[in-house]
Amino acid sequence: MIQIKDLHKSYKMGKNSLHVLKGINFNVEEGELVAIMGSSGSGKSTLLNILGMLDSSDSGAYILDNVPIKDLNETKAARYRNKFLGFVFQSFNLINYKSAAENVALPLYYQKVPRKERQEKALKYLEQVGLKEWAGHLPSELSGGQKQRVAIARALAAEPKVLLADEPTGALDSKTSYEVMDLIQKINDAGNTILIVTHEPDIADMCKRIVHLKDGVIIEDKKIEQVRAEQYV
Amino acid sequence: MFNRDRWKEILEVLSSNVFRTLATSFGVGWGIFILIILLAAGKGLENGIRADFGDIATNTMFMWSRNTTLSYKGLPKGRRFSFKLEDVQAIKDNVQNLRFISPRNQLGGFGGGNNVVRGLKTGAFNVYGDYPEIIRQEPMTITSGRFVNYNDILGKRKVAIIGNGVKNELYNKGETVLGTYIKIQGVNFMVVGTYQKKDDGGGEEGQKEIYVPFTAFSQAFNMGNNVGWMAITALDGSSISNLKEKIVSVVKDKRKIHPDDKRAVGYFDLYEQYNRVESLFSALRWVAYFVGVLVLLSGIIGVSNIMLIVIKERTKEIGIRRALGEAPWSIKKQILMESIFLTIISGMIGIIFGALFIYGVNAVLDSVGPVDMFVNPSVSLGVVVTALVILIFSGLLAGFIPAQSAIKIRPIEALRTE
Repeated sequence: MIQIKDLHKSYKMGKNSLHVLKGINFNVEEGELVAIMGSSGSGKSTLLNILGMLDSSDSGAYILDNVPIKDLNETKAARYRNKFLGFVFQSFNLINYKSAAENVALPLYYQKVPRKERQEKALKYLEQVGLKEWAGHLPSELSGGQKQRVAIARALAAEPKVLLADEPTGALDSKTSYEVMDLIQKINDAGNTILIVTHEPDIADMCKRIVHLKDGVIIEDKKIEQVRAEQYV
Repeated sequence: MFNRDRWKEILEVLSSNVFRTLATSFGVGWGIFILIILLAAGKGLENGIRADFGDIATNTMFMWSRNTTLSYKGLPKGRRFSFKLEDVQAIKDNVQNLRFISPRNQLGGFGGGNNVVRGLKTGAFNVYGDYPEIIRQEPMTITSGRFVNYNDILGKRKVAIIGNGVKNELYNKGETVLGTYIKIQGVNFMVVGTYQKKDDGGGEEGQKEIYVPFTAFSQAFNMGNNVGWMAITALDGSSISNLKEKIVSVVKDKRKIHPDDKRAVGYFDLYEQYNRVESLFSALRWVAYFVGVLVLLSGIIGVSNIMLIVIKERTKEIGIRRALGEAPWSIKKQILMESIFLTIISGMIGIIFGALFIYGVNAVLDSVGPVDMFVNPSVSLGVVVTALVILIFSGLLAGFIPAQSAIKIRPIEALRTE
């Protein structure tokens, strides 16, 4: 699903150049649930931004679902993001004057899905994350866990190839974190490919594979026995 | 464009901070209001001055004879001369694009003595010997009977068309006028018509005139072939101002006047006067547009400013949308539409208030009676359409910079957690 070869990225800061990614190589197969771990400054967010086409690499190849991702202009990047990727953020990033259902329907709107179909799909995904009754509520009326579930529903709505989650549990208490991880595991069980950036070991243990980043290189890449989140809920 | 979700969003955004939206729209509304008021005031002045011109054919010159000031072909200077009927024909033959040439002879005049008698009543009136065309150059309404026609001219009939002012002085109220006789300088003329002229600011003078056929006049008052005065109108599309030199030179040639004698032939070019006033009006219009658009500009800058702030506030939201896959042009379109929508709505409000204001002014003008040189201030549909075009354009202008800055926001920066 994802192939990355020899990925380099550096940031210019005045005269100094900061080499953040120093040759990353890894592949993700369909249906995997991968945790990308590392301390801050390890380059994990940069990697995720490149994977999410929010940032571009200096050199190296990135192939997503057999499509080489390169020479993107903003319009093309926007289209690819919409088609291939679903985002889940630490701070949820819901649009606060739109109801839960409207938030979920947003990526479909950019795909020019007809209004009625959009609403039906939004309700379907809200139901999947257990928030159908909250469809008409604004984000300000939802709890943190509920917001993150709406965000996950939104990420799923466009039926992306890969779900990218940047510290999805970073702003949640541990009980709510496990609920969200339980949801993510169930979505993964249904066959979706998911990448999670986290620095919490217990969250990483709930994935199927852990990629450890340090100072811009992968120092460890191992498959693990998944800990199910259900038992903590 | 007619996308329900897009419009919903525009309304959501604009209604999220009602006071700010109102304050912003006030700037644009005010600008359009000023523009409309200025244009209406200019129009009022224009209407007032145009009313003074009345329905007179404005593409007209008047020409009369004076004394020569240069000797020529053995004739002395200081010579009195008069136009002749054959000059009229000569002008017709030599100058193209003329519509009417009306020769006229005249009795009486400003402050003249009594010259018209009917029974025991007398009065002092201007008496004109005219051709039928004069009614096209100096419009009047025939209130009863008829005007001079060519049968009168050919038959040298002694008939007269009198003004309402004449009628009031010579006749009792309710008396039959048509078919009666009046005595002009001792010669009887039968009244065959009455007329009324539009009040042109000249007071009663215009109503106190008597028109008789040119030929009958010449015969009755011993004018021979002489012509005292001519009204010459050019065809629409060619200006009398360009033809007058030629006309004057034809007449000078016929009357043996030195070509360089500038004072022998007197003339008044109504069209030139009219054009001068016309150019004043267009200058006024330009001033109105200039001032109005400048005031509007400050409103537009206000809108642009607010849009920039709105975008600053929505940076994160725009980042999210970008991350979810909204195309840059779609964001741009959204911002532009918000800005145009805001400008048009506030402009409409300005137009409505402007119209109400003009309506009020008209009501006041109606109640206090006519004001000199100011009649019916108004704006035409054309002006409103122009204003709308200006608004749409200004909306685009106001939204352009903010829209540009909106698409410059990179999602990665917008999403960076605090």
